[in-house]
Amino acid sequence: MTRLLKIVSCSSLRFFLQMRFLLLFSRQGKLRLQKWFTPLTDREKKKVIRDMMMLVLARPARSCNFLQWRDLKIVYKRYASLYFCAGLEDHDNELLALEVLHRYVELLDKYFGNVCELDIIFNFEKAYFILDEFLMEGEILETSKVAVGVSLEEADTLQETMEEYMSKPAY
Amino acid sequence: MPAPIRLRELIRTIRTARTQAEEREMIQKECAAIRSSFREEDNTYRCRNVAKLLYMHMLGYPAHFGQLECLKLIASQKFTDKRIGYLGAMLLLDERQDVHLLMTNCIKNDLNHSTQYVQGLALCTLGCMGSSEMCRDLAGEVEKLLKTSNSYLRKKAALCAVHVIRKVPELMEMFLPATKNLLSEKNHGVLHTSVVLLTEMCERSPDMLAHFRKLVPQLVRILKNLIMSGYSPEHDVSGISDPFLQVRILRLLRILGKGDDDSSEAMNDILAQVATNTETSKNVGNAILYETVLTIMDIKSESGLRVLAINILGRFLLNNDKNIRYVALTSLLKTVQTDHNAVQRHRSTIVDCLKDLDVSIKRRAMELSFALVNGNNIRGMMKELLYFLDSCDPEFKADCASGVFLAAEKYAPSKRWHIDTIMRVLTTAGSYVRDDSVPNLIQLITNSVEMHAYTVQRLYKALLDDISQQPLVQVASWCIGEYGDLLVSGQCEEEEPIQVTEDEVLDVLEGLLVSNLSTPVTRGYALTAIMKLSTRFTSVNRIKKVVSIYGSSIDVELQQRAVEYNALFKKYDHMRPALLERMPIMEKTASNGPTEIVQTNGETEPSVVEAKHPPPVTQPTNQVRTVFSLYIRKNTHLGLEANPNPNIAVITIHASNSTEADMTDFVFQAAVPKTFQLQLLSPSSNVVPALNQGTVTQVIRVLNPQKQQLRMRIKLTYTHKGSAVQDLAEVNNFPPQSWQ
Repeated sequence: MTRLLKIVSCSSLRFFLQMRFLLLFSRQGKLRLQKWFTPLTDREKKKVIRDMMMLVLARPARSCNFLQWRDLKIVYKRYASLYFCAGLEDHDNELLALEVLHRYVELLDKYFGNVCELDIIFNFEKAYFILDEFLMEGEILETSKVAVGVSLEEADTLQETMEEYMSKPAY
Repeated sequence: MPAPIRLRELIRTIRTARTQAEEREMIQKECAAIRSSFREEDNTYRCRNVAKLLYMHMLGYPAHFGQLECLKLIASQKFTDKRIGYLGAMLLLDERQDVHLLMTNCIKNDLNHSTQYVQGLALCTLGCMGSSEMCRDLAGEVEKLLKTSNSYLRKKAALCAVHVIRKVPELMEMFLPATKNLLSEKNHGVLHTSVVLLTEMCERSPDMLAHFRKLVPQLVRILKNLIMSGYSPEHDVSGISDPFLQVRILRLLRILGKGDDDSSEAMNDILAQVATNTETSKNVGNAILYETVLTIMDIKSESGLRVLAINILGRFLLNNDKNIRYVALTSLLKTVQTDHNAVQRHRSTIVDCLKDLDVSIKRRAMELSFALVNGNNIRGMMKELLYFLDSCDPEFKADCASGVFLAAEKYAPSKRWHIDTIMRVLTTAGSYVRDDSVPNLIQLITNSVEMHAYTVQRLYKALLDDISQQPLVQVASWCIGEYGDLLVSGQCEEEEPIQVTEDEVLDVLEGLLVSNLSTPVTRGYALTAIMKLSTRFTSVNRIKKVVSIYGSSIDVELQQRAVEYNALFKKYDHMRPALLERMPIMEKTASNGPTEIVQTNGETEPSVVEAKHPPPVTQPTNQVRTVFSLYIRKNTHLGLEANPNPNIAVITIHASNSTEADMTDFVFQAAVPKTFQLQLLSPSSNVVPALNQGTVTQVIRVLNPQKQQLRMRIKLTYTHKGSAVQDLAEVNNFPPQSWQ
């Protein structure tokens, strides 16, 4: 086979995966969170991040929140200085994806109290903990805001020192 | 030894860096400190150090030396350690590193931990990056947790099971017993994840699908309760109760109802109810409506329901919210093949969307508009589409021009209209037209014999206005060369003939030769046109002069042509009239001709293989599917059925075997050129039964963003009568319908 062609063998490709990835980045193109729901090499991840930033940051202000990239639908929404960007399979419900992004923002807001980008920068690990109580394998784990909040609070109390517990900003 | 600096302190420090270099220096210094701390096996601060490493990793710096430290944190007894350790594992490790397998034991222990939040961490990590080996080892634990009464764990176990099934599909069976009473849960988290799990199982296995059809009544009941129940603050989103769960149930119903009359009937009422009662003022209601529409279109719903669905999409088109308009256009594009008439009713709204300001919407509207063009609406639609072509952004022009040509070819009400349309495209978007349009147009013009005079006159007039658009200039040059005699004789019937002399025509063509705007290809066309006129015009001397001048042109192609034409004048003048006479009508090259197969020998069997080319079966161009056959050796037949969609060509392979022995371990592989993207879905099986008793089906999806000619290399490997066989083949002649 010449080097122009790439061979794809018939491995069982995921067909109905809801979300492939979720990225948070700033207007200046700084990555604040990356969650991957399929295994990718570091190189592939970097490419996706670069492409997403390029495409999303170039969109005019009042565009629709969806665009097509390769065979994925990209859903993005800007909240203050942060872009929330998700990659979906072609047959997924984009309108619901917007609701998923919104729910995550609400969860962050509830946890940090009027969340802003700085909260996510300085407490990135908490942003991941919150995400992991909300989504798994690209699917929603818990649809109740209250339940997620309760789990997070109880888990936080398990952190060993008072100091570690208190380093989280108050509700 | 001072304590390592805290995470937030580090973040603060790094953010003060004013240049990339300064940041890199800080990071390197901190990494060195972290490394030495790791070397000292410091338990107290390991957590802090790994957390800092994860921050630096997010900035793009390498952090692989922390991988083992994550494992140590996971093994610690402290919850804080485990939390950061598992996070680190998810961010820094994946199945490609052997190191990850060391986690298996820790995860196994933590899955049985006394604290549910530790169990939760383990489930989360396994469900995020568990490899096939890990999944195999730990599936039993997950299955156990799926049966627990603790809803916090049960929902996590359900999604973890989904991950296990995706990684190791054979393990699906083992989760079947645990699914028995998943839907009787009250907890929404468990319900939602259970529906996801059931969906995954149904999508992967037709047997599971058949087995779970009996859940339809229960799902309908749950959905009904959600809709009818009063306000529940915990799950409410803008007045709708748990929209996420509603959508998931609708999706599962779609899968269960597809192709099954009884199930479809059982869900008819609830679908109608959701479709009519859902509040549409906010995005969330429309998300549910959208999913409902998708479900109605996929199952065997009664026609009234289908019309309701299309009308919902029609209403979406009028919504103020761009997102909803976009989604409507996308869905209509998917249904336009099957419910063509229903979608036609919304044609005027769709055409209005061509004027939308949003780029994504314009593109969808354009694609959908082309799909809606037919013999009845061609004139009106073309007017709108040509107007769109005039005013749209450059990124659309090439696709739009191609679409116009295709539509015009299929549905032109008259030859004159056809030529006029082509002219319009060439004059307004002439520089964006694809290269292959020029020969296609030339052929079209040649074959429209009665329009020659009209065509050449219009093209000549266009050239007088503008010679910058190369495709237009090329087609015009060619026509003038062919029909220049008609031009000067003023023979046009269709419109007022213009008065033009031979010299004026030659002026124009010579102008093309010298103009900076003309590409080398265009100059070639112009020179040949001038030469042809030597048998149609009387001013042969002028032509001879021009041709001889270009015999010393720097452009090699032009020079060669001029020299050859010179030779025609000097030595072969008796042949000149015959060589340059009018072109005959050209047969369109059979795009449905026998497929070209390039055979290369399989590696294990050196014998030469013979390819058989039976005349392929093709369908008329206005149908969706194209079917053609490919024979490899004498006994393996691949039937390829292409189902074109504007974005993705879906090709279904049916492999059959006429020998007396089964072909086992049958693996089909395909490769495409770089500009394409290929996705191979799971085959129906890997045994092709003997004597044509059955076929193996496999679906290929090809993304062809540059709309290039589809080419594919195919490799078959299988075991036949005990020996391994490998066959290679190349397919170059996919019918254009399958990739345009």
